[in-house]
Amino acid sequence: MKITGADIIIETLIEQGVDTVFGYPGGAVLNIYDALYKNSDRIRHVLTAHEQGAAHAADGYSRATGRVGVVIATSGPGATNLITGIATAMLDSVPMVAITGNVSCDLIGRDSFQEIDITGITLPITKHNYFANDITQLADMLREAFRIARSGRPGPVLIDVPKDVQTALFDYEPMPVAPPFPNRQAPQEQIEAAAELLAAAERPYLYIGGGVAGAGIASEIEKMADRIDGVIGCSFMGLSAIPTDNPRFLGMQGMHGHYASSMAQSEADLILAVGVRFSDRATGNKQKYVRGARLIHLDVDFSELNKNIPATLGIAGDITDAFRRLLSAVSERRHPAWQERIATLRAEEAGQLHESGGLTPHAVIETINGIIGPQTVIATDVGQHQMWAAQYCRFRRPRRFVSSGGLGTMGFGLGAAIGAATGSGDRTVLITGDGSFGMNLNEMATLASQNLPLTVVIFNNGVLGMVRQWQTLFYGHRYSNTTLHRKTDFVRLSEAFGIPAVRVSDLASFRAAFAEAYAKDGPMLIDCAIDPDEFVLPMLPPGGSIEDIILEKEEKA
Amino acid sequence: MNKFVIAVYVENRFGVLTRVTSMFTRRGFNIDALTVGETESPAYSRITITMSGDGYARDQMINQLRKLFNVKKVELLEPEQSFTRELMLIKVKNSGQTRQDVLAAVDIFRSKIIDYSADALCIEITGDPTKIDAFVEIMKPYGIIELCRTGIVALERGSGSLLAR
Repeated sequence: MKITGADIIIETLIEQGVDTVFGYPGGAVLNIYDALYKNSDRIRHVLTAHEQGAAHAADGYSRATGRVGVVIATSGPGATNLITGIATAMLDSVPMVAITGNVSCDLIGRDSFQEIDITGITLPITKHNYFANDITQLADMLREAFRIARSGRPGPVLIDVPKDVQTALFDYEPMPVAPPFPNRQAPQEQIEAAAELLAAAERPYLYIGGGVAGAGIASEIEKMADRIDGVIGCSFMGLSAIPTDNPRFLGMQGMHGHYASSMAQSEADLILAVGVRFSDRATGNKQKYVRGARLIHLDVDFSELNKNIPATLGIAGDITDAFRRLLSAVSERRHPAWQERIATLRAEEAGQLHESGGLTPHAVIETINGIIGPQTVIATDVGQHQMWAAQYCRFRRPRRFVSSGGLGTMGFGLGAAIGAATGSGDRTVLITGDGSFGMNLNEMATLASQNLPLTVVIFNNGVLGMVRQWQTLFYGHRYSNTTLHRKTDFVRLSEAFGIPAVRVSDLASFRAAFAEAYAKDGPMLIDCAIDPDEFVLPMLPPGGSIEDIILEKEEKA
Repeated sequence: MNKFVIAVYVENRFGVLTRVTSMFTRRGFNIDALTVGETESPAYSRITITMSGDGYARDQMINQLRKLFNVKKVELLEPEQSFTRELMLIKVKNSGQTRQDVLAAVDIFRSKIIDYSADALCIEITGDPTKIDAFVEIMKPYGIIELCRTGIVALERGSGSLLAR
């Protein structure tokens, strides 16, 4: 039976298992929205306040569920508003399909109203993209887009559909969902070589990243650490991949990593890195990162091997399969001296925390930890609050940390939290800063209309704290444009959006407010007064190494 | 810094060359020359890339090319196992004093005159890029008016086909 291109899009989305899409209508997607209207009982559309919020929502939806997030936007400004969202998903390998409308084929290339070459613009920030100018290919293109988005190392795929293709008629036959493209299997010789390196190690350190979260091998990672008597550290993207309370888990390493984790990484004689890409924020000075250690690097993306850090043994292949084989190839080892050293490092780290008793970032997050359940999703924006969340939040389930790592997108949090809460159906907490929140707070409108169980906690210090921290440390306390001098009343603003809110300046009030918010079935905002001179510590200065670690805030005259 | 030649089979469709060159920009690769054209299979085009760099740059280039979805095959062409050719059109000044020397060089380099006017000679020359370089050097004293090189095309020696492999 012949149906329109717009109907083909919706049928194919449903065929691909999509039940929720995020987006914003406009002239060039009117037909797609008409098809959504007809099919509103089969597919749910979440209307955001801005296309950027929709893109972040699709991203957050995907991070929290593992499913492909879908966003729809119109041509021209609708499409360009997606760009930050698509780039954010690209840098963190999040599977997403973005569908944009465009002007009719006969108007393409004539600078028509709201015409933009979105496939050209998004070339470097998508895993792949399509200009769907042929109705006969439309369904297969969309199917391939989903397949590419979820295969291997996931990523965003964009498909740009001109308006006349949306109205054209063509046959549609439902097809079963194609499995992801098969990953290459790591050669058994490499697995055995890795097992030999592990057997020879005295101070093993497992380093896990975002690739582990998607591979479903949390328990294998924990078993491996037990078997080789090693410790586990993670990259920012590896947070929540294994439970924080695993006794061998030292937390995030790198620029703002845990002291014990970064120190153990630097002292290890063997690093088993799984699903990581050695970002500069994780490594600091690349020449001084691995030191004398041997490095085994396992990743599904062969192009990551030797890209940033040369490996002793690089293994390209399906992480789940390769890691399981590696686990069965290693035998029990004990390294009491290494564990003793780790205990010392942990004790040193514990001694570094000085509690003032006030509404400190640490105290706020510990209060949240004490109230939330294991399924709660923590979303963040970008800046100091994000690093504090990375350091102090305790995760008990995978996919419970939703945060922009690679691109570091301020303004990501609210949209992403809405997407995560929508997709997971679980209670969600957004930890944000007044700077980041100010970027996309229009999505409070979406939060109110969706009435999601989402608590917004603003670390409000009146400054752009992370940039200010750098200005304190590296720019002679010259606070250029990081003191906000704003008059925004977040409580009244939130209430204007239709969301109850409260301002707190002491810990007891925060505890009471958060307990109340968390018990709600709808949203609530808590505006927390935080000292603008709080620092994220430890800190490895950019391009520095473990010797340069800053542990205490020193006031330089 | 070595020069190396990479052969790439890509799907013969709209926008694929842009996809490849966009990746060069994104990854900061600086290429010396790039040629693209049809192949034995209508479904694929072949891109030949010449690039200078170390082993790291070479491996990165190959890996990043292999990740692109419209790329079917990427092969490094080892200089000993392949032959490379380039075509150049070059226009030099024509004068009574230099004409015989230019014609002698054209003969020795097994190139040919394709246009002749009172003031200029236009020469077509094909060969290994080093031969083309040498010919340019020889022509310089006679006064080069304009020149245009195609960039390298290259095939592996023997009976194999990269696409079939």
